Amino acid sequence: MTFVLDAVLCALILGVAAATIAGHGVFRAIVFFIVYGLLVAVGWVRLGAVDVALAEAAIGAGLTGVLFLAAYGRLGREGAGGDAPAPAHLPAAMAGLGVTCALGWAWSALPLPDRPGPQLAEALPMSGVENPVTAVLLNFRAWDTLLESVVLLAALTGLWMLTRDAAWGGRIGLPQHVRPDGVMAGFGRVLPPLGLLVGVYLVYIGADRPGGAFQGGTVLAAVGLVAALAGAVRPPRIGATRWRAALVAGPLVFLLAGLAGAALGAGFLTLPPQIAGAALFAIEVALAASIAVTLAFLVLGPPEETITR
Amino acid sequence: MTALTLYALTGAALIGLGLYGLIAARHLLRRIVAFNLLGSGLFLYLGAAGARGDGPDPVPQALIITGIVVALSASALAVGLLVAGARLSGRATLPEEAE
Amino acid sequence: MADVATVVLTGIGLFFFLAGTAGLMRFPDTFSRLHALTKADNLGLGFIALGVAFQAATWREVALLALIWALALLAAGTVSQLVARAALGEEETR
Repeated sequence: MTFVLDAVLCALILGVAAATIAGHGVFRAIVFFIVYGLLVAVGWVRLGAVDVALAEAAIGAGLTGVLFLAAYGRLGREGAGGDAPAPAHLPAAMAGLGVTCALGWAWSALPLPDRPGPQLAEALPMSGVENPVTAVLLNFRAWDTLLESVVLLAALTGLWMLTRDAAWGGRIGLPQHVRPDGVMAGFGRVLPPLGLLVGVYLVYIGADRPGGAFQGGTVLAAVGLVAALAGAVRPPRIGATRWRAALVAGPLVFLLAGLAGAALGAGFLTLPPQIAGAALFAIEVALAASIAVTLAFLVLGPPEETITR
Repeated sequence: MTALTLYALTGAALIGLGLYGLIAARHLLRRIVAFNLLGSGLFLYLGAAGARGDGPDPVPQALIITGIVVALSASALAVGLLVAGARLSGRATLPEEAE
Repeated sequence: MADVATVVLTGIGLFFFLAGTAGLMRFPDTFSRLHALTKADNLGLGFIALGVAFQAATWREVALLALIWALALLAAGTVSQLVARAALGEEETR
């Protein structure tokens, strides 16, 4: 019975993905991609990876969808929103089919992995948290996560470099025009308090149960986006000092914790058990703040309004 | 066939579909969407591979979460480049592919 | 007993979803399609949440289900207003 459920879910995922690729119109492709993200999030729950499901639903379906829809709107303003007809492409079809078949064969040939189970279960009490995914992210593979937070910063720097000279110093994103007594303005006042609660809860609970800096930070970024789109808050000016501090807080606290590990003799980014709990909590909070601000700025895009000097 | 095999094959098919879209699409925003589809299929394949044996393995899960966030930031940069390019040229296709 | 209630209530919920989807496919213009989608689907979601609530182990889970339904109602109501306004703007410029 559950296999039937999985089979139907996979068929839906593939059908929506095919509609994303083959459907007519850029707008339609984006809408199908958002639906696809939600279905894949359900798939992750079926695979027992609840942390990934939360990240996929919040980022894959939520923020990426907003990003693409906003891009579609901007391209429309430049007169480039119309779909370019793409004729059927035989070499591309053969390449896609070939890769799929090779991966299908590889799956049957893949050896069973060495279980990390016993080692991980032994090391988990020393990590400072109960959720094994958080332990891997912030402690056992801290290098990956530290560098990833730097990648986020690099992407935002690259995006901001694309700002037109005339718009530099303006408020980030497109100027929003919202009717002050409209539904969106009301929505933008009702949802953020609740969203803030959910985001902070997800960051806090991440130490012991599914959640954490990435999922919570994404929800907080979404709260900021809703408030900005509804005109409840105005996005900050590009390069404002306070917000720059928020952007680097996560990587900075992460680095400081790594140096503390080195000072205590355990080695860089190796957290000794006696400080691991406190250090991971500090990293998680700072990282969530940085992820929230960076993702919100990435989705809002560079400033568009021309500044009169 | 087990459920894990089903999800892995779905992931493999998504990678193929994404690759097709990445090559065949002309509108660059559709190419970025297709690239995201490709990445998502790869995550699904990796996640299914990591869930074999006794329950889901936290190491691939952590890698996938990292990957999802990096995919978003890369997409945001790509979209920014696309919009800046369209502002200069007035179209969202590559010049050598314009018909 | 709880299982029977779950099956009956989620069955009713699914029926409303089916009706809403049929309306989405068959109705001629944006406004009537929105009407079918928001009214029928929100009611369907309510019935499904009620049905699943009979399987909940604690009152906390029931409260969470109710919260999810309320949030979905709020979002659907807002979005349908915005879509309707956008569609109205398009008709006026036509």
